Amino acid sequence: MDLSSISPTLLIASLMVAATPILLAALGEMVVEKSGVLNLGVEGMMIMGAVCGFIASVESGSPWLGFLMAAAGGAVMALLFGFLTQVLLSNQVATGLALTLFGLGLSALLGQGYVGIKANSLGRIDLGWLSDLPFVGRVVFGHDPIVYLSLALVAVVWAFLKYTRAGLVLRAVGESHNAAHALGYGVRHVRLMAIAFGGACAGLGGAYLSLVRVPQWTEGMTAGAGWIALAIVVFASWRAGRVLAGAYLFGGITVLQLNLQTAGASVPVELLSAAPYLVTILVLVLISLRAGRAGVAPADLGKPFHAST
Amino acid sequence: MTLKTLLAGAMALGLAAPALAQDDPVKVGFIYVGPIGDGGWTFQHDQGRLAVEEEFGDRVETVFQESVPEGADAERAITQMALGGADIIFTTSFGYMDATNAVAEKFPDVKFEHATGFKREHPNVATYDARFYEGRAVTGTLAGYMTETNKIGYIGSFPIPEVIQGINSSFLHAQKVNPDVEMVVTWAYTWFDPAKEADAARAMIDQGVDVILQHTDSTAPQAAAQEANANGGRVFTFGQASDMIAFATNEDGTPGPRIASIIDDWSPYYIERVGAVIDGTWEQQASWGGMPEGEVVIGEITDAVPAEAKAAAEEMIAAITDGSYHPFTGPINKQDGSVWLEDGEVADDGTLAGMDFYVEGIAGDIPN
Repeated sequence: MDLSSISPTLLIASLMVAATPILLAALGEMVVEKSGVLNLGVEGMMIMGAVCGFIASVESGSPWLGFLMAAAGGAVMALLFGFLTQVLLSNQVATGLALTLFGLGLSALLGQGYVGIKANSLGRIDLGWLSDLPFVGRVVFGHDPIVYLSLALVAVVWAFLKYTRAGLVLRAVGESHNAAHALGYGVRHVRLMAIAFGGACAGLGGAYLSLVRVPQWTEGMTAGAGWIALAIVVFASWRAGRVLAGAYLFGGITVLQLNLQTAGASVPVELLSAAPYLVTILVLVLISLRAGRAGVAPADLGKPFHAST
Repeated sequence: MTLKTLLAGAMALGLAAPALAQDDPVKVGFIYVGPIGDGGWTFQHDQGRLAVEEEFGDRVETVFQESVPEGADAERAITQMALGGADIIFTTSFGYMDATNAVAEKFPDVKFEHATGFKREHPNVATYDARFYEGRAVTGTLAGYMTETNKIGYIGSFPIPEVIQGINSSFLHAQKVNPDVEMVVTWAYTWFDPAKEADAARAMIDQGVDVILQHTDSTAPQAAAQEANANGGRVFTFGQASDMIAFATNEDGTPGPRIASIIDDWSPYYIERVGAVIDGTWEQQASWGGMPEGEVVIGEITDAVPAEAKAAAEEMIAAITDGSYHPFTGPINKQDGSVWLEDGEVADDGTLAGMDFYVEGIAGDIPN
């Protein structure tokens, strides 16, 4: 075993890259669930973001336009879900699952001409001497802009839910849509906006896979990342900070276990492979237990709402 | 899930009776472990399916289902296809072994062909495999020549005999041309997860591996290597299952990272077996073709490879194809130093099909 061959700098840097897609998707889904809607279509929205972002980046040559289109693609998919569940009052679980299947199929169709080609990717930002510092330069100042965007988004979502009036309304809609409705808030309106935001975040996460992390388009390339994002929201008990912790734990241990294997660590490989799932769940459950009843699901999560009831 | 899958499902409802009239086309089903667009393993199986359609035209009808997980759901997918009136079903991944045999018991009139497995519990189950380790001997030779850090990496999927044959064959032949070479094995525990495959390749590159062999299905490791080369790296890869020729040049136009490939060509086998069903001559068998049969093909060796290495690789291709060389020819010791093959002794197929040990010189343990 030669653990010295693992560079902590490169490890942390790749950890952040591995965690970012899940972080973005989980953060969006958390807002959706806070508004009382359960959208199981994260995987479908992510893969649509991945393909839309890739196509836009290839066609325009601009990765920024790629990310923009990815967010738009994810949001359109989400609004399809929103229309079905909020306007037509279809079952949220079934519609969400259908959205995943639809997204996987549609993305495969759209991406047919884009297999095996290269898109313009986002480079790392260059902050001059800051990026040249040992360790800190690469870990803190040496990422692509989307990593910073995702971290900023965590802070924004946290502050929005905690301190703003709009955030309070959104939470009220999720806790008791009847009470919110009685107070004159547009339950459907709020939920549709939350759903669109969730879709845009999932789309960004997907595009991060196809434009930065892999980077290429391959059918079905999300390979379950959307489901992991969904699980992280629950185990993070609907808190932005814990979503961040969960996503970085999962991404971190995924990368760490591959590095340990490559370095020849004498730990059973089965254990290493299962570690990202086990450790993430364990840690988040422990945090939630300590936090007591604060970590309870929004009371009206997954319940349909119609103004007549 | 594609439109075809939905159609297959709809047909399962409509055509519950598998008995077909004489003029009906033979219905050929395929169960794929990944999406057709993976650019690797499943893509090649689908090329085989298309070759069957082209060969037999109206006499056959093909259906397929993509991304079927290895596990309980596989049995449902295979059953559904059998209910849908398929006459022969190819299940194209090792993990479908038990599911295939379980469904075969319930549908004695349907023929089942399971890829890369060894269980044939019912007379209507045949198995087929390709001697990928023959191709690995060639890529291992090239890897031994190309590495400068003397560290080559192997991204493994699952610790099954097929993959272990590949690891051993690659290492033995790399070592033959470069005695100092060291091999690191990383298990991804998936056949298809581009993000994880890219991460695994990156972990290797970060730790000084400069030649990566992969036994997973997507092109993500190639993309990761291309990215490393764009940032000043010198990393080489091999196309796996499919040619992956799109990765034969770096972004700056220099040759690499992909310097050669092992291509699985299933077309001859699929055409032969579907033909046997049409003629009514299908029988259970265990097929294991390789380079001589044209099932394992080495893709173009690029100009990144020095002439000497290319000549050695071509010599090996010729020797394996004409049968004068077997990649597992003694003397070969097992990892613990005990003798596996005496000088000049050739491995028998039974041992290879159940291979569960590393050869001498590879570090680490095989997971159970």
